This record gives sequence, C-alpha cells and structure tokens, in this order.
Amino acid sequence: MAKIIFKDLAHSYLPHPKSLADYALQKINLEFEDGAAYALLGPSGCGKSTLLNIISGILVPSEGKIFFDDKDVTYADTVKRNIAQVFQFPVVYDTMSVRKNLAFPLRNRGEDPTYIKHRVETIAKSIGMEDILDTKASGLSADAKQKISLGRGMVREDVNAILLDEPLTVIDPHVKWELRTQLKALHEEFSHTMIFVTHDQTEALTFADKVVVMNDGIVVQVGSPKELFEKPAHTFVGYFIGSPGMNLFEADVVGDVVTLGDIRLKLNRAYRKLTGRIELGIRPEFIKLSDKSGDMEIDINRVEDIGYHKIVRAKHRDMHIDIIVPEDIKITQDMRYISFDMDHIFIYEDGWLVEAKEGRSE
Amino acid sequence: MNKKSYKSPIVMFIYIVFLMLPIYWLLNMSFKTNVEILGTFSMFPNKFTLHNYVTIFTDPGWYMGYINSMSYVVINVIISLAVALPAAYAFSRYTFMGDKHLFFWLLTNRMAPPAVFALPFFQLYSSIGLFDTYWAVALAHTLFNVPLSVWILEGFMRGVPKEIDETAYIDGYSFFKFFRKIFMPLIASGIGVTAFFCFMFSWVELLLSRTLTSVNAKSIGATMTRTVSATGIDWGVLAAAGILTIVPGILVIYFVRNHIAKGFALGRV
Amino acid sequence: MNKTVNQKAWFLVLPVFLLVAFSAVIPLMTVINYSVQDTFGNNVFSWVGLDWFEEIIHSQRMHESLGRQAMLTTIILLIEVPFGIFIALNMPKKGFWASFCLVVIALPLLIPWNVVGTIWQIFGRKDIGLLGHTLASMGIEYNYAQDVLSAWITIVVMDVWHWTSLIVLLCYAGLQSIPDAYYQAAKIDQASRWSVFRYIELPKMSGVLLIAILLRFMDSFMIYSEPFVLTGGGPGNSTTFLSIDLVNMALGQFDLGPASAYSLMYFLVVLLVSWVFFTVMTSIDKKGAV
Repeated sequence: MAKIIFKDLAHSYLPHPKSLADYALQKINLEFEDGAAYALLGPSGCGKSTLLNIISGILVPSEGKIFFDDKDVTYADTVKRNIAQVFQFPVVYDTMSVRKNLAFPLRNRGEDPTYIKHRVETIAKSIGMEDILDTKASGLSADAKQKISLGRGMVREDVNAILLDEPLTVIDPHVKWELRTQLKALHEEFSHTMIFVTHDQTEALTFADKVVVMNDGIVVQVGSPKELFEKPAHTFVGYFIGSPGMNLFEADVVGDVVTLGDIRLKLNRAYRKLTGRIELGIRPEFIKLSDKSGDMEIDINRVEDIGYHKIVRAKHRDMHIDIIVPEDIKITQDMRYISFDMDHIFIYEDGWLVEAKEGRSE
Repeated sequence: MNKKSYKSPIVMFIYIVFLMLPIYWLLNMSFKTNVEILGTFSMFPNKFTLHNYVTIFTDPGWYMGYINSMSYVVINVIISLAVALPAAYAFSRYTFMGDKHLFFWLLTNRMAPPAVFALPFFQLYSSIGLFDTYWAVALAHTLFNVPLSVWILEGFMRGVPKEIDETAYIDGYSFFKFFRKIFMPLIASGIGVTAFFCFMFSWVELLLSRTLTSVNAKSIGATMTRTVSATGIDWGVLAAAGILTIVPGILVIYFVRNHIAKGFALGRV
Repeated sequence: MNKTVNQKAWFLVLPVFLLVAFSAVIPLMTVINYSVQDTFGNNVFSWVGLDWFEEIIHSQRMHESLGRQAMLTTIILLIEVPFGIFIALNMPKKGFWASFCLVVIALPLLIPWNVVGTIWQIFGRKDIGLLGHTLASMGIEYNYAQDVLSAWITIVVMDVWHWTSLIVLLCYAGLQSIPDAYYQAAKIDQASRWSVFRYIELPKMSGVLLIAILLRFMDSFMIYSEPFVLTGGGPGNSTTFLSIDLVNMALGQFDLGPASAYSLMYFLVVLLVSWVFFTVMTSIDKKGAV
C-alpha cells in the first residue's frame, strides 16, 4: 500500500514536442492518497489511458517523476511496482479453474500453499464465487470473468494499487449496477487504493471518493463528487458532469454586474477586471421557473419528464437554457419567467473558474 | 514495452538461413556451366552464365511446360472460387437438408490421396476425351481445392454479421448485386487467401498433372522429372528450370503479403 | 450464429455437389468396381468378391509400406509441430521484419513438390551439392542413394524444410489474435515464460494448431513427389511409402484389382486416422475451432 505522487509529470508521444498541443498529458502535480477510491473521468482521447499506463509502468513519462510513497518508480517496470490491473475486457486464463485463476499471482510468487488456499477462499467469498471455485473459467459470463480478474488483483494483500481500466464496458447494463456496488463494498472491505478509469460520469460519481476530471490532456479538477457538482472549476466539468450539464452563457462582467445580451443582473459578489472569453455558468438545478416575474423571460421548447424530476428545455432569444423542475410542480402555459439562485452562479474566464473578490457586495 | 522480449532474432536468422540455403544453392548452380558444376566447387559462379535460362526460353519443350502449368492452375483457381463462393455462403447462412453430411463428405475429399485417384482419373478423362488437356488437370485438382475453398470461405463468411445481408435486402439489393457489391468486398482477404491456397496446391502438385498429360498439356513438373537424357542429367538447365518454378510463388506471396497473417487464421481464430 | 432453415440453399451448393461428385464419386466407383473383379486383359472381367482385399490385407508389401509411412508421419509430426511453434513464438510481431519473415517463410510452401525433391537431390549430392560436399569433407558417411539411414534423414530434413512453415504461419496467425492485455496481465501476475505459453499462448493457438496438425498428417500420409524424385523409393524399398507403392502397382504394373483394393484401404486409413485425431484433439480442448 502506498501513496502515489506525480511530480511535474507530462507525456508526449512525440520525441520533441513543440507546442502544448503535442502533449497527450500536460504537466500535472497530483497525489493519490493511500487506500482511497479514485475515478479518472473524461471523454475518450483525453489522456486518461496515458495516465493509467504511466501508473502501471507500461509507459515511461517523457517529463517529470512518479513516486510510490517516497520511492521514485519512474523507470521501474510493472512487476516492481506491485500493482494490479483490471482491463476493459475480461482477461482470465481460460484453461484454468476459477480457483487456479485466483491463486495464480500468489503461486507465481511462491507463497505458502495453506496461505494461498485460505486467501483464495476469502477473496472468492467477497466476489461471490465460492460455489463455482472449481469450474473452468472459459464458460463463464463476461461479468463473472471480470470479477475473476478483479479477484486476481485483490488476492495479493500488499498490492500498491488496483487500476481498473473501464472495467464495465462489456458488462450488461443491469449487471453493471450490481458490479459497481460490489466494487465499492470490496474497496471498503480491503481498502486497496483503487483507480477507476471511465468516461461514464455515473460510474465515476457512484464509485469514487475523489474524481479526477480530465480533458484534452489536462487535469481540470480533482474533487469529491459533491465538489464537482457544486463548484465546477472549469466549464468542461460543468457540462460534462450533471445531466443535463451546466448552462453556460456568454457574458460581460464589470464588478458585480453581469450582462447577458439584453439582460443585466446584479450578482452578490464582485469580480476583478476580466479579459478573454467570459462565461456565466449555472446548473439547471439552481434555476427556478415561475409564472410571476423573474430575472429572464423565456419560451419553453420542450418538457422531458424523466420520473423523479422534469427537465425543461427553454430559450431566450438565441440562448438555450435547461431547467430542472421538481416532479410535483405542474408546468403551465404562464410559466414564462425564470430566476437564478445567485449563490450558485459562477463566472469563467477562458474556461476556468474565477474566484470573486473577498467579501460579499451588498 | 518490449523491454524484456523473449523473441530471439537469432532463431529467426538461423531458420531463414536454413530455408534459403538450399534455394540459394540451386540459384547458384543455375548460373554455372555444367563443366563448372561438375568440375569445381564454389559458393559463387566463377564464370557467370545465363546459358541455362536461354536454353529454357528458346526450347518449346521447356517453356511450354510453364505455359501449360500456368494455364491449368488459373483455370483451377477460377473454377474452385466460382463454385465454392455460393456454396460457402449457403453453409454459413442456412440450414438445409443434409448440410452437415454434405460438408463432411466434401472435407473427406481433401483427405483423398492423389495416388488413389491417379488411375481412375486417367481412365475417366481418357474416356471423355479430355486426356492431355488443361481441363483434365484443372478438374482433377478441384478434387482437393474445392473442399478446401468451401471450408476456408465458410470460416470467413461466418465472421460477417447476418444483419448486413438483411439490411442489404431491405435496401432493395438483389442477391447477386448484394453478393458482388457488398459481400465479396467484405471477405476480400478470405477470397485472396483461398485463391492463394488453390494456386499453391495446384501449382505444386505433380502426380495427377503428370498422369493426366502426355504431350500437349505436359506440365513443367512432368517435363523436369522426365528430362534424363542419355548423356546424363543437364544439371545447369535443371537448376534453372527449378528456379523458374519458384518465381510464380514469389510473385503470389508478394501480392498477398499483407493478408498472410490474417488469412492464415482462416477466419477461425 | 443462428442459421435460418432454407432448402433453396441447395441450389447454391449444387455446383459444388455436381463437380465433386464428378471428380470423386465416378472415380471411386471405378475403383470399387475394379477391386472386386479380376481381368485377364481385353476387358474381360470376372467377379472375385473380396479376394483382393484379403490378399492386400495379408500382403507383406502393404504392411511394410504402411509401417514406413506411419513411422515417417510420426517422426515428421513430432519434429515439425514443436519446431513450428517455437519459430512462431520467435517471429517479430509487426513492422517490416514481420512482413519480410512471412514472405521468406512462406516461400518453400509454393515450390512445386518435385522441385523440392530436386533441390534436395542436388543439395545432398557429394559431387555437386553443398550439404553432401560439406559432410564429405568433414569425413561423415552420407549417401542418400545407397545408405538407408542417410535417405531417411534427408527425407525427414527435407520435409521439415518444406512444411514447418505451414505450422509457423498458422500458429503465428493464432498468436497475433492475442490482445496485449493478456501479456500485461501475465506480467502483473508475475507469470513465468512457460506459464505465459501454457496458459495464454497455447490455448489461443489450439484451434489453428489442430488444423495445422490435421493438414500435416494428411499431406505427409500422401507424400509422393518429393521422395519419388529424391530416392525413387530406394535404396531397396526403404523409402517406398504408401503412395509410391500404390502408383507402382497401379500405373507401373497395371495390377488393377489389387491396386484398387489397396487404394480403398489406403483412403480408409487416412479417413480413420484423421477422424481419430480430430475427435481426440477436440475432446482434449473443447474450445478447439471448426
């Protein structure tokens, strides 16, 4: 078990990167705490696989260092790092029984047979396979095989981290949920450090203590699911996480006054002078729809009732606005006004969150 | 990633030398005169000569052998593919009466020793007047090439999802148009590999081609094995003739080189 | 894949059926016809029942040929299969060298079989061949035309030279289909080189390997041209394998009756052994292809 630390780490697949765009992974400093569950979240091609391969030792980063605790492992190979990995599709040894599959990493390390037997049985019980220990692995379903791969990772007690590379891709939707819950339970039971790579926000948010959001080779935010939701550090986090994502409007900000086209709003916070591309962001959850006056007049295009709440797709001139309305509120023709929850309005400069000046402006 | 590779280039090197050395020796000999072949012993021709090749290209007794062999090989490849394609499609897509037995019976023909069929083929083709024609050899070789083609193509076709057929029919394609325009391009590498195998087994076969021809359609193999003149063997010409039989093989491999790895999986990995 | 029932599919297989019936059934009928009759020339035949079969079954000649054939095929398979796998494991995975090796390795497969015989006939000769000359200058007794052991060694080496590539290419195709993740997982599990082979590579190769072994069995059991050119079946009868023996009997001596009985039994042996091979090997590994 160890803490994983990235120090000024960067990677480019080109031998002589010239611009930032040549980097698959731009410079990052990051710390994965021992025993925590992390998710690496981002769209495909954002650099999360590169990052994972650097941790597992398949790739040597072109710049910077990686430490396990205080040991520099930048150039150490996979075996020396003592990590386990679960791949996108199940990797099991088809000709072996489930028991032999689970015992394989231990037997290769020359562990004591009675210890192996005991350990394999413990793990088998945790992944719910104690009944089929002596079945051949080849005939099992994809999710059972994926559980075996996971079990093979956890069977070693001293493993530094378990890397999960989109492990639920080939799993049927109705089993996905079950497997995810089980994964979470296993993490709590054995408290290995787990790093779960995914492009699915639900998987990331339900599994992880901390989510590392990546886009275009940059780590845009590291935080708990709650932090990501409540205070996105980047417009990307805003619209990538949440369903639907954050509303973002082109805006002008002077002090505590924001101009959205023909509408002026007074914020409860003041900002420094901003340059570049300025956007105002607010999550659909923090916009209120009403039939009386509000901050903005809108036309409703469409209402999607998804059961536990309604999503209203609306329009003001050419601004598209998504609003989430609780299930019990009836939407009528007269509901043509919206008002913003000022505490949850954020201002972004060239995509990045701008902190307000100290103190509230009255 | 391959920091700790178990692959050894030395093994490959030795194997390739093992494969190439006998061929090189034949090549070396083909550029020597008979006097030099029998008189001195050297890794390179002392007196480089193309005389042996000139002999082959100017003597119809020799060069017609190549033309004859190429002719029946090409006819065989065309026949084999033409009949095997629809049959393989049927086996890969449909269940019909006796399909399994038929498929198995086809495969058993691949196991038939040509020596068993040499005599009856001789009589059969003589009685219908095909003896000593390209057609006799081409048809005889379908005995083992057609079952093999059906089997290889069936493997590749099974890998093509059935939904593609259904979509094409819904889009208004006729069976023949679908087969030609959509299906055949999808299994192009399979067809290439099948043609490769048909070519190979027909080109390399000696027994049937020698038994079924005498003068007009005599194959190069038969020419080579019957060239033992009274003055003894003309080693130089024999070597040159051997080298020339390898050339079509090299050309064929060169054209399919990018499909070899995938193709040899025969659609069954 | 779920196949639909469609009797019209028969029209698609009809050309194959007719063609193969023409090239297989008619000749086979001829053979069966001859095998139960005797002739004294001039197309006068008389029914002899199973006499020829009885004669062939008890003939010393067939027993010896069959014995030689079985020995050759066994030796060849025992050498070529492990050797082919070994070479396949050492093949470069991609890039220029991979294509280069593939092309060079495939070459012996496309050389006409009689030329293969010629190549080795020349290569092994003491006076003009590199191998024969080298061995002679090292003082090793080697003469494939007169010495039985030399003849056998030459034929085995020739066959290894000729056919190992087929096994290499098939196994290589199987190995190429293994995703990198398997090797990574094995590395993480600290599997030894042997374990990687035993538990990852071999299972993935088993399908194509089965095909390779079957093909090698069948073709080596029918071997004709190469030994015919190289040794002509000699010295003595020491390299007279089944096909050479049969051709001598049928086309050389024109003993139609016994040759036909011989043919049928030969064919049956090939079918039977292929079937046994296939059944045994698929039951060893249920995941085998086909």
